[in-house]
Amino acid sequence: MQITINQAPFDLPEDATLEEALAQFGATPPYAVALNLEFVHRQRYGETILKANDSLEIVQPVAGG
Amino acid sequence: MSILNGADPLVLYGTTFPSRLLLGTARYPSPKVLESAVRAAAPAMLTVSLRRQAAGHNEIGGQDFWDLLGKLKVPFLPNTAGCHSLDEVFTTAMMAREVFGTEWIKLELIGDDYTLQPDTLGLVTAADKLLREGFKVLPYCTEDLVVCRRLIDVGCEAIMPWAAPIGTGKGPTNPYALRLLRERVQVPILVDAGIGVPSHACQVMEWGCDGVLLNTAVAQARDPVALAGAFRAAITAGRAAYLGGAMAERESAEASTPVVGTPFWHLDGG
Repeated sequence: MQITINQAPFDLPEDATLEEALAQFGATPPYAVALNLEFVHRQRYGETILKANDSLEIVQPVAGG
Repeated sequence: MSILNGADPLVLYGTTFPSRLLLGTARYPSPKVLESAVRAAAPAMLTVSLRRQAAGHNEIGGQDFWDLLGKLKVPFLPNTAGCHSLDEVFTTAMMAREVFGTEWIKLELIGDDYTLQPDTLGLVTAADKLLREGFKVLPYCTEDLVVCRRLIDVGCEAIMPWAAPIGTGKGPTNPYALRLLRERVQVPILVDAGIGVPSHACQVMEWGCDGVLLNTAVAQARDPVALAGAFRAAITAGRAAYLGGAMAERESAEASTPVVGTPFWHLDGG
């Protein structure tokens, strides 16, 4: 199935978990995640099953004003 | 004896800060200059943000920036920069709380992309929702008295009106409204955005504002470390002038040296 990660298409096996998606993407801590514009606490990555067309955002600390 | 002999900390949501300067971490020429500027400014808090992580690598921000923040040992103030809706603000704040491990949030809800003017119609609802979620909200707002009042009504224990649009360096463009705001609200006022030079920062502190948040004015200076120190001194000076009760302006001259006993006075009968 295909989802988007940070707005770019990304292929995953059916029923992949968020934890698996993060591993395949190569997400590097520290980061935080929003799925379809909703925050997902890090403790829920393993139990969150993704579906086709989900929109995942992975963010990291950057400088800001 | 002086009023300055007593402690005069900035208190936000019951937390005491030894400095009245809040510093942004963006737009410095290098991480090294950022580090030196932070040490020169000795700020109460450092603003930080969140952006998308690129696949498999961390070219901007990420681990290196995180390591630098850890070394600086200054409390974080994550922002919701670039958010245009309540949902974006809320989700960004939740992500920021998890990443940075803090409940402080600089609430930015942008209403106009050209001026980066805050969306004052949505700001109060956004602040309310974040406060209910346990955040310590510092809302970036305009100097509109009623908007600030509503922010305080929902529980904001400080407000952050702009001096001028972000990054312009124009200084306070509406002194009347800012001074009126100071008279009418009791919570700390941190002037955020639009400060360009130390005299702007000193000026708003002389008017009784409680602190200043800076970024571009330091980061984009030819020597950011020099400006960091200059702003620190200016903010301290402005605060001392406010506490010390600076003299009132007059329209006519008044000799400071005593007139009585002036030699040669009226010798010509004039």
